[in-house]
Amino acid sequence: MDILLQQLINGITVGSVYALVALGYTMVYGIIGLINFAHGDVVMVGAMIATTLVVSLVGGGVASMPAWLAIIVALLLAIPACMALGWIAERYAYRPLRRAPRLAALITAIGVSIIIQNLAMMIWGRNYLSFPHIIQPRIFEIGGARISLLQIIIILAATAIMAGLLLVVHRTRLGTAMRATAQNREVAGLMGVNINTVISAAFLIGSALAAVAGVMVTTYYGVAQYTMGFMLGLKAFTAAVLGGIGNLGGAMLGGLLLGIIESLGAGYIGDLTNGVFGSNYQDVFSFIVLILVLVFRPSGLLGERVGDRA
Amino acid sequence: MHTTTGFKLMAAAAAVAAGLAAGAAQAADTQTVRLGFAAPLTGPQSHYGEDMKNGLVLALEEANAQNIQLDGKTAKFELVSKDDQADPRTAVQVAQQIVDEGVDGVLGHFNSGTTIPASSVYNDAGLPQIAMATSPEYTQQGYDTTFRMMTSDTQQGSADGEFIVKELGARKIALIDDRTAYGQGLADQVAAAVKANGGEIIAREYTTDKANDFTAILTNIKDKQPDAIFFGGLDAQSGPMRRQMVRLGIKAPLISGEMTRSDTFLKLAGDAANGTYASLAGVPLKQMAAGEKFEQAYKERFKKDPGVYAPYAYDGAWNMITAMKEAGSAKPEKYLPKLASLQRSGATSSNIAYDKNGDLKEISVTIYEVKDGKWQMVKTMVSNAK
Repeated sequence: MDILLQQLINGITVGSVYALVALGYTMVYGIIGLINFAHGDVVMVGAMIATTLVVSLVGGGVASMPAWLAIIVALLLAIPACMALGWIAERYAYRPLRRAPRLAALITAIGVSIIIQNLAMMIWGRNYLSFPHIIQPRIFEIGGARISLLQIIIILAATAIMAGLLLVVHRTRLGTAMRATAQNREVAGLMGVNINTVISAAFLIGSALAAVAGVMVTTYYGVAQYTMGFMLGLKAFTAAVLGGIGNLGGAMLGGLLLGIIESLGAGYIGDLTNGVFGSNYQDVFSFIVLILVLVFRPSGLLGERVGDRA
Repeated sequence: MHTTTGFKLMAAAAAVAAGLAAGAAQAADTQTVRLGFAAPLTGPQSHYGEDMKNGLVLALEEANAQNIQLDGKTAKFELVSKDDQADPRTAVQVAQQIVDEGVDGVLGHFNSGTTIPASSVYNDAGLPQIAMATSPEYTQQGYDTTFRMMTSDTQQGSADGEFIVKELGARKIALIDDRTAYGQGLADQVAAAVKANGGEIIAREYTTDKANDFTAILTNIKDKQPDAIFFGGLDAQSGPMRRQMVRLGIKAPLISGEMTRSDTFLKLAGDAANGTYASLAGVPLKQMAAGEKFEQAYKERFKKDPGVYAPYAYDGAWNMITAMKEAGSAKPEKYLPKLASLQRSGATSSNIAYDKNGDLKEISVTIYEVKDGKWQMVKTMVSNAK
C-alpha cells in the first residue's frame, strides 16, 4: 500500500508540471490551431535563467540571499524573459504565417524550437547546469510514503496557478475574448475583439506558465540543460492530446493522468507480468493509453466540448 | 564610392594572389594529414564529445609543432570533425562523409552505439579506427581496423561486480540501465560478475539516456530491499538518480561506471553524492605515467581541467601518429601493421599495446568513492591480459 501511495505522490508531482506545460500547448492550439513545438524550449529557457540567477545570487556573487528569496527573484525574472520569448516567436515567426497552410506554421514551430535550443547552447554551453542545493530536503512521512516539502509546494503552486487561469478565462473580459476567438476568429474580430492582442495574450500566458514549470523542474531535479525542453515538451503535448487538445480542463487532467500512468506503469508492469515486460516499456505504456483514448474518444478525454475551448 | 570599392577589390585580389603563392611554396614540402573525428558535439552528451575533441586537438597541435616527416614531407595534422549526435543512424552518415573527405585515419566515435555501426564503413574503406567505445562487441567483429582508447566493459564490468560482492559485501543487487549499447552492456557484465561471485540480482529496471525522473523505478526497487544498486549509464542520469534515492530514503549505495565518475555528477547529486561508487578504466590522472604533464598542457591550452576522456583521446591520437611515424607514411595500408604492433609509453600508461582484436593489453580499473563531496580512490586493479 505504501508503495502505491509513493508511486501516486511521484506521479502527481511530475503530472502537475506536465499539466502546466500542457496548458501552453492547448491554449495556443485552441485559439489558432497551431501546435507550438517550441513551447518545451520556452520551459528550458525558464529553467536555465532561473538556474543561472540562483547560482549567482546564492553563490555569494551579489550577496548571499536566503534560498526562498533567491528562487522568488529567479522566478520573477524568468517569467518576463519567457513571456518576451513567446511574444517574439508569435509576432515574428507565427503571425506572418497565420493565413498560410497549417503545415507551414507547424514546420516553422519546429524551426523556432531548433533556433531557441541552439541559442541556449551558445549562451549556456553544452554542460549540464546544476541547481544549487539550497533547499534542505524536508521530508514528511505519510503512511510509509515520503513526500518532500518541495513536492508539496510544486503540487500546490500548480493547482493555484491552474485555478487562477480558469478564473481568467471564464470571468474576465480577456478570457471572454479568448473564448470568442477560439470559436470563430473572423466573427470575434467583427464583434470588436482585437484578434492580435488575444493571440499575443495566449502566448504570453502560456510562456509565463512555462517559466514557472521550468523553475519547478530545475529545482526538483537539480538539473538544467539546453536539450531538456524536447522530451518535456513531447510529454506535455501528449498530455494535452490525452485530455483533449484545445480544452483547458483536459490539459490539466491529461497532465496528471500521464504522470500517474508513467509512475504506476514503471513501478508495476515488471512485477505484474512476471518480468516479461519491464520498466523499459514505461513510455510504451503511456502511449498505449494515449492510443486507446484516441481510439475510443478521438478528441481526447474532455475534447468534445468545443464551446469550452480557450 | 566607386573608387573605394575598386580599391578594396584590388586589395582583395592582391591578398588572394599572395595567399596562393604562399600556399604553393608550402605545398612543396608539407602534406596535410587529415584525421576523421566524430562524437556527440550537440545534444545531451555534447560535454563528453567536447572533452574528447580537446584531447585530440592537443595531441595534433603537439605533433604539428614537431615537424614530423611522413612520405618525405613535413606532416601537418588536421582534424575533420563531425557531429554524430550520439545517434547510430547519424553516425553511419557522418562516417560516410568522413570517408568521402579522403581522411587517412579515424579517431572516434565516442559512444559504443555509434562506433559499432560506423566501424563497418571505415573497415570497408580500409581506414584504421581508434574509438572511445567500451562495448565488447566493437572489437569482436573480425575487423583488423578497430582499436580502442580505453579498457572495455567486459573488464570493467567484472571488476565492478567483484567489488560489489566482495568488498561491499552486498548480496542482493538491483540493476538499472539506460538501454544504450554502453549502459546495457556494462550492466550485463556486472550481472554476470555478481552471479559468478555468489550475489543475486533481485531487480532489473530500465530508463533512457534522456530521462531525469527515476522515482517510479526506485520506489519499486526500494520495496525489494537491495544491498546495492548498480546503474549503467551517464552522469546526467546518475546525478538526479542519486538525489532521488536519498529523498526516497534508500540506504543502499549507488555504484556506476566511468560516465558517473565526473564533476558533473558531483554537482548534480550535491549533498546526496556521498557514498556513491564508480569505476573508471585506467588509473587516476595523478597516477598516470605522464598524467601531470598532460594536465598542465591541457589547462594551458583550454583554460579548464581535463575531463575523464581527454587523456585517453590524447593517447589515442598519439598512438595513430606514432604508428605513422614508425611506418614513415600516412597511408593506411602502410601504418596499420605498425598500429597493431604498437608499443609505446603515453600519458595514461607506460605500456600501451594492442592485442590481436585491438583491445588494450593492459587492463586497469580504479574504483572511486565520493567522500566529503569529492571523488576519492578506493582501489586500483591493474593486470596484463594475455
